[in-house]
Amino acid sequence: MVKQKEIAISVKDLHKSFKLPHEQHSGLKQAVVGVFNRNRKKGYEIQNVLRGLDFEIEKGDFFGIVGRNGSGKSTLLKTLAGIYSPDKGAVEVNGTLVPFIELGVGFNPELTGRENVFLNGALLGFSRDEMEAMYDDIVEFAELEKFMDQKLKNYSSGMQVRLAFSIAIRADADILVLDEVLAVGDEAFQRKCYSYFAQLKRENKTVILVTHSMDAVQQFCTKAALIDKGHELTVGTPLEIAQIYRELNSEQEVKAQKKKDEYENKYFKCNVKQSKDTKSLRFTTFIEPMSVLRKSDIVFTFAISKESGEIVYRFTSEDMTEQIDLTKSNKIELNIDNIFPDGSYAIHVAVKRKDRSKNYALFDNIHTFSLSKGVGYQFWRPEESYSISTY
Amino acid sequence: MKLSNIMSRRNRILLRELVITDFKLRYQGSVLGYVWSLLKPLMLFAILFVVFVHFLRFGAGIPHFAVALLLGLVLWTFFTESTNQGMQAIVGRGDLIRKINFPKYIIVISGTISALINLGLNLIVVFIFMMFDGVNFGWSLLLFPFTILLIYSFSLGLAFFLSAAYVKYRDISHLWEVFLQGLFYATPILYPLQMVIDVGGQMAAQLLMLSPIAVLFQQARAQVVGYENMVTADQIFSNPLYLALPYVIIGGVIVLAAVYFKKNQKYFAERV
Repeated sequence: MVKQKEIAISVKDLHKSFKLPHEQHSGLKQAVVGVFNRNRKKGYEIQNVLRGLDFEIEKGDFFGIVGRNGSGKSTLLKTLAGIYSPDKGAVEVNGTLVPFIELGVGFNPELTGRENVFLNGALLGFSRDEMEAMYDDIVEFAELEKFMDQKLKNYSSGMQVRLAFSIAIRADADILVLDEVLAVGDEAFQRKCYSYFAQLKRENKTVILVTHSMDAVQQFCTKAALIDKGHELTVGTPLEIAQIYRELNSEQEVKAQKKKDEYENKYFKCNVKQSKDTKSLRFTTFIEPMSVLRKSDIVFTFAISKESGEIVYRFTSEDMTEQIDLTKSNKIELNIDNIFPDGSYAIHVAVKRKDRSKNYALFDNIHTFSLSKGVGYQFWRPEESYSISTY
Repeated sequence: MKLSNIMSRRNRILLRELVITDFKLRYQGSVLGYVWSLLKPLMLFAILFVVFVHFLRFGAGIPHFAVALLLGLVLWTFFTESTNQGMQAIVGRGDLIRKINFPKYIIVISGTISALINLGLNLIVVFIFMMFDGVNFGWSLLLFPFTILLIYSFSLGLAFFLSAAYVKYRDISHLWEVFLQGLFYATPILYPLQMVIDVGGQMAAQLLMLSPIAVLFQQARAQVVGYENMVTADQIFSNPLYLALPYVIIGGVIVLAAVYFKKNQKYFAERV
């Protein structure tokens, strides 16, 4: 049965640019001078932030958006939220959308905590009566019972964030837009954030999350997009996107050639081949030194991780009885029992010093593969013992 | 945008909270708090009364001129407050506009509404004064709310234009300040219109009464202290076209302001 997917947000050929004035241009003088001096140098620069983005977000998606600083994430988010209007193209939103570009929008330091709760609530669309009804819960969740009649300016930043978050999670919308809310707060707060995300996921809400945390992307998102230079948008699984993002950020000059499964840096060149076999996983790793390493205390590691980044298998040259000589080219064949559940996996190859003080090569996600064996199919059973008795 | 959405439930909630916030923030930290909004026009009135009515004998021979002066000042305070607060509204709430999408006109309206509340409180004082001064409460008083509504509409229209223009050109606030100063003296508030006719002639009075503010203020004061005690526009102009002109100006300002605001509001978030 094919379930009809509903579109929550569709973005078509979205363009957005800003005029960046060279000097303060919010005066009459400049405007008047501009009229009389038409052929002078333009007083502003056009910055094309978004150039022709196309994508769709389905209802129930937990959609991660990643990208480096200045890639246009926030502009995209603000355009989705209707704060900016597109120059060209269209954004179509089906359902109510609440953006959290920042926690505690409209918080005023001169008002008391209580008054701020009502003001912030109104921005989320809650009336006084509705806020009154959930006020106690909000205060209790924020653990700020004693402080509500104090002015917000006397709150610590942690207290402000707690209060803002407690109100934010009350937002009742079909689509939630969250911009790096994870970046603030301590560990306890982040845990709260994560459990809120989990709740949103259970409730099958459509969520758009902008973040730099690949852990969050892999843990929560069902889909992700990477935006680069405002026009290159790649939509894919969280694993794929996390991989591309890491490559983008990687300081090593890794020439990623996804198709060839080949990576190289100034020390090593490596590629991994997988032979198709149902019973076992067979990998052949070719690793070739690019420069002569005079060190002998180096280790080769080969790891398989689940989509979530969790390592499920690790092989290191320390496990081997015979010594590996990485000053020469090596071909390492691995044959691993296929005991893994269905899903997507990635292979990471690394060459490190024995005491792990230096990494010569970190080839993350050098090869990816997925397993699907079908329901109920089991190659391997763990050792087990059981007894059944009646009583 | 559908007209029915303008005051939707969500917008009403927001408007209410914004007005309450404005209200609370205005007199933060002052001992007398909100009483100041009553005291300020009264104190101003006391000064002007002593200088112009007591010493300079302005309005001598005009019954209830003191009440008319007070009412004029109260209305003028409202006009300056609503246009100034309306003008600053969008820029002042820039933090909100940059982070959440909601109808921008709500902010401008909220800026003028706190001025409207002030006006309501001040008018109570005016009516108390009326009783002390022995003003007859006539039928014309029933028309007074309509005049107030017209003054408010005009202020709101100006506020919409000014607020949108202020996002782009910050000089507007200085210009407006000077303009208001000039308009204050060009409006028969301190001096009775009769005095202009006596000193400067009919022409001068006609010139003054082309301003919508002068016409509406005179009308409001006539409705309160009696038409027999105030010179209104219809006594100055014989041509009905001139009588209509101020209303054409008001209508024109409102329409142009709405168009200008609507055209510019989508750029507020990036310009403010």
